[in-house]
Amino acid sequence: MNMSENPSKPAVEAVGLTKIYGSGATEIVAMREVSLRLEPGEVIALLGPSGSGKSTLLTALGLINPPTAGRVAIGGVLVLEGDRALTDLAAFRRQHIGFVFQKANLIPFLNAVQNVQIAMEINDAPPRLARRRAMELLGYLGVMDCANRLPDTLSGGQQQRVAVARALANEPGLILADEPTAALDGARGLQVMELFSKVAHECGAGVIVVTHDHRALDVFDRVLQMEDGRVWPAEKMSFPSEYAGPIMTHASSCSFSNVQVFDHPAASPCLALKL
Amino acid sequence: MNLAARDIRHNLTRLALTAGGIGMLLMLVLGMSGIYEGLVYEASLLVDRVDADLWLVQRETRGPFAEQSSIPANVENRALSVPGVVGARRFVFWTLQRQHAGRSLRSTLQGLAWPQDTGAWLPLVAGRPLGRAHYEMIADVSLGLSIGERIKLGKDFYQVVGLTKGMTSASGDGMVFVSLPDAQAIEFDEPGEAVRLRRNAHAPANLPATVSAVMIKLAPGADARAAINIIQGWPDLTAYTRAQERDFLVHGYVDSARRQLGLFRVVLVVVSLITMALILYTLTLDKTHDIAMLKLIGARDRVIVGLILQQALFLGAVGYGLALLLGDWLFPFFPRLVIVTPADYWLLAGTVLGISVISSLLGIWKALRVSPNAVLS
Repeated sequence: MNMSENPSKPAVEAVGLTKIYGSGATEIVAMREVSLRLEPGEVIALLGPSGSGKSTLLTALGLINPPTAGRVAIGGVLVLEGDRALTDLAAFRRQHIGFVFQKANLIPFLNAVQNVQIAMEINDAPPRLARRRAMELLGYLGVMDCANRLPDTLSGGQQQRVAVARALANEPGLILADEPTAALDGARGLQVMELFSKVAHECGAGVIVVTHDHRALDVFDRVLQMEDGRVWPAEKMSFPSEYAGPIMTHASSCSFSNVQVFDHPAASPCLALKL
Repeated sequence: MNLAARDIRHNLTRLALTAGGIGMLLMLVLGMSGIYEGLVYEASLLVDRVDADLWLVQRETRGPFAEQSSIPANVENRALSVPGVVGARRFVFWTLQRQHAGRSLRSTLQGLAWPQDTGAWLPLVAGRPLGRAHYEMIADVSLGLSIGERIKLGKDFYQVVGLTKGMTSASGDGMVFVSLPDAQAIEFDEPGEAVRLRRNAHAPANLPATVSAVMIKLAPGADARAAINIIQGWPDLTAYTRAQERDFLVHGYVDSARRQLGLFRVVLVVVSLITMALILYTLTLDKTHDIAMLKLIGARDRVIVGLILQQALFLGAVGYGLALLLGDWLFPFFPRLVIVTPADYWLLAGTVLGISVISSLLGIWKALRVSPNAVLS
């Protein structure tokens, strides 16, 4: 089942999430009674200083690190109740959640297209179809020319685009991104943020982006602030003028630009690229 | 998508070097087995080729291949009186080490019962059997002698008239065949000074009155058991069949070598296992982050297990192939005969399969313990 195909249900709904590490004198409360709801097609930013619990929240929503208490429902399906899994979490993750991290975390021995393809093959997609869709996703994200290159030959921005393509591979209803632009310069960081916004709006996926980057907040539908394990709505900050203009096209043959990304014929990877 | 194949391509140098090392270790495992087979072959060669049905040896001994045996030379005539016996030959056999042409020549000498036995049964690759009662020899090519070459043994020179191939004793020394009288003359040769001393003491000459054994040929269809029973009644002799004498060689002389080679083989297999396990574990550690990422995107355990197991099987298969190629190339240069049988190849293949699977277990264990959380670290 694909979350984006069920727009009536929230992409993710968390209620009363609490995460406690250690016990007694060494007890640390990383997350306190956090509740949030993300609608399909919505993209939100999660801001906060280091140690505020952002990554803990993200890993709890991503079914990687279950909370101590609280409930998580994804696409209307209750999957976690406290630290108790109500389904096969690995299988659920495989089918319904896409991840993007600060580092692209591409498999170094697979080229760009294989890095995208593997996510679909793991989800039992036939290899030929998986490859075709992977190529289309790379094209949609403007890095098709890099398809056959190994990750260590790609720039940081190109790697991150491949990582986004991998996150989109199985048409997830929820995409979680943990500081995806931290390793990129401002221009490329903005491109990636815009990409998330585009993916959310075109595909109907809910996207949560943890970021420290206040320069790109205009692309988000909502901004949440997290501190000391608690979450509350934050005021949006204005987009700095130096990043408002068109993005410079990279000199590399497999570079990308705004034009490439947004004017690509395969405008929506969710509608045009069905397996 | 085959992840293992792609990872192998990515780490080709490291895996190729490891496979090379494993291949050499496996070649030695194969070689140990081949050396044992070679020992058995060489040890039993003489017994098989000399074509004797029964061996008469000194009472209470196991014959010249197992221990010192000395029986009267005239046993040959006595044996001919046993019903069913159609031939008897004296057997003289011992090891010589002489200097020749500036090098040490170590050989095992056997006397041929001239004129009945001229060495025509020997696998000659050059020259001819013995044509005279004295001063001719047939030598194995491994001794490095050539036809017409003259060797001094005792007080006389012997001319090489024939060359055999593959005729070595159980200890791997090339064999030399001369007539029985010549063999005994060489065996009982005394230095000139010793002869003078003996003559001064009026002691009798050291006459060659004994031989190591007597070989019996039975008539076709003759009852070997009946002949043995008759000979066992003689107080100074014991009779053995060819199979028994061969068994003494293989399970007496060669058995300790078999155990030693077997143990060495086990050690090499264990070293191969540890080497493979170590490299697979190291490769798995290197991939911890990638494995965590694969798990994060939902890879099942069988994908991770398959990645490591296939790499182990690749290492094993390449190592096995290299072992076969290297062995084929290097074994002919080994000083002792190396015989690798099809059974050895199959056994090694099974062993390699086993060590590949076992060596991957450590890496698999480590990989399965990797948490998807590791991506965040």
